[in-house]
Amino acid sequence: MIEQILSLQSWMTFLADWKLFAQAFGVTLMVSVLALLLALILGVFFGVMSTSSNPVLRGIARGYVETLQNTPLVLQAYVFYLALPYIGFMIGQISVGIYAVGIYHGAYIAEVVRAGIQSIPHGQAEAAASQGFTYVQTMRWIILPQTVKIILPPLINQMVNLIKNTSVIALIGGTDLMNRTNDWATTGECIYGPPFLVCGILYFILCFPLATWGRNYEEKLKRRDVHTTDKPAAKEAEGSAS
Amino acid sequence: MIEVISRTFTPEILMYLLGGAWLVIELSVIIVILSLFFGLILALLRSYDKFILGRIAGAYIEIFRNTPNLMWVLICYVHAPLPTAFMRCTFAFVLFTSAAIAEIIRGGLNSIPKGQFEAAYSQGFSFVQTLVYIVLPQCFQNIIPTLLSQVITVVKDTSFLSMVAVAELMFRSRNVLSLLPRYTGQTVGIEQVAAIFGFAAIIYFVINFTLSCLVRYIQNRRAARTKGRGEPAAAADKA
Repeated sequence: MIEQILSLQSWMTFLADWKLFAQAFGVTLMVSVLALLLALILGVFFGVMSTSSNPVLRGIARGYVETLQNTPLVLQAYVFYLALPYIGFMIGQISVGIYAVGIYHGAYIAEVVRAGIQSIPHGQAEAAASQGFTYVQTMRWIILPQTVKIILPPLINQMVNLIKNTSVIALIGGTDLMNRTNDWATTGECIYGPPFLVCGILYFILCFPLATWGRNYEEKLKRRDVHTTDKPAAKEAEGSAS
Repeated sequence: MIEVISRTFTPEILMYLLGGAWLVIELSVIIVILSLFFGLILALLRSYDKFILGRIAGAYIEIFRNTPNLMWVLICYVHAPLPTAFMRCTFAFVLFTSAAIAEIIRGGLNSIPKGQFEAAYSQGFSFVQTLVYIVLPQCFQNIIPTLLSQVITVVKDTSFLSMVAVAELMFRSRNVLSLLPRYTGQTVGIEQVAAIFGFAAIIYFVINFTLSCLVRYIQNRRAARTKGRGEPAAAADKA
């Protein structure tokens, strides 16, 4: 593998097919963005739900989070891809990737959001209620804006995990970056070095800036001594995020 | 449904699937133990060596934390210089997981106040003695919940190995599905798929849910304890 990375010949063969890789990288990017959107929507929805006072709603949210967090993403992707066609839903590999990754990380983001909401003192909700805010209005205008700052670091962490987990598409045969790399490397002359090196670098330049920014932001918050660290709930958010 | 289940899970198939589950547990235990060892070394280097070794450990951690696990599985499955597929895949997971665990341990080390070192030095402890007797015990106590979450991640991620034909639970489930018509004479329909995937899901769920209940139990106990003592919930808790 090392000698392949050093050999000009294998790089030439690899670069001749650069368009395939660019397209696959585009797929990975698109899946990441769309899955992130889905995960954020589901996460905020179920996160708010798990802090409601209605036990049924709380139960539903808990069930969602526990089921999704405790079974592998690969299994969920297989269920989408292999089981759903039997009941009449045919979806392509890329869409399966978006749904599976989005729903899976939605559960993690729900936990982050829940911890964020619980770190806001309860008095805020009571004060809002006393001023005639409805539940949704309280969440939208008072509680959620305050949580953004606290939940941003664990959320960034989740985004990095989400990008890495889009590689699950490779297991169901979609043409994302991971699968394209593996396919290209294992067919023909079996040139492993260059494609995997480039694949690694591409994932790295997606994840590393995000992760670094998230960590710096967290340290800045800590230095400013914002009340993120002295509430057990905020800690839990980081625990479940990492 | 009952009839489908009893026809699908013949003793042979059941044993085959449970064998896969056992392989998942075996893999996870080996991976976690090895990764704890290497992760500890990496974390100590990154935290306390400010020169070349610390830099290397830092670069290693960043590289492995920002690339997908699956990529390392695919690379190591073909190129790691180890005799069996099982060992090569374990190797890939250890590479990846030790970086993740190193970051967790580093978080724990950062949370130990500097004063602890100074106090230990003033009592004549050497650096290694301080680490072994004073810093590491506190560090590990603080990070146990986060470490357990990482164990859950490892258990789930072993399912990536179904891509490289290591016969763990996920691979065997798919295998059973494709061979079902030949062995039991059933055509594969939604019931059979649901039964097999449901069985795999239940096994994963039982393993992981037990672990995550343990995480919550430890966290709650600690929250109750720190509250009882009336301390400001120690900044040390931050993993």
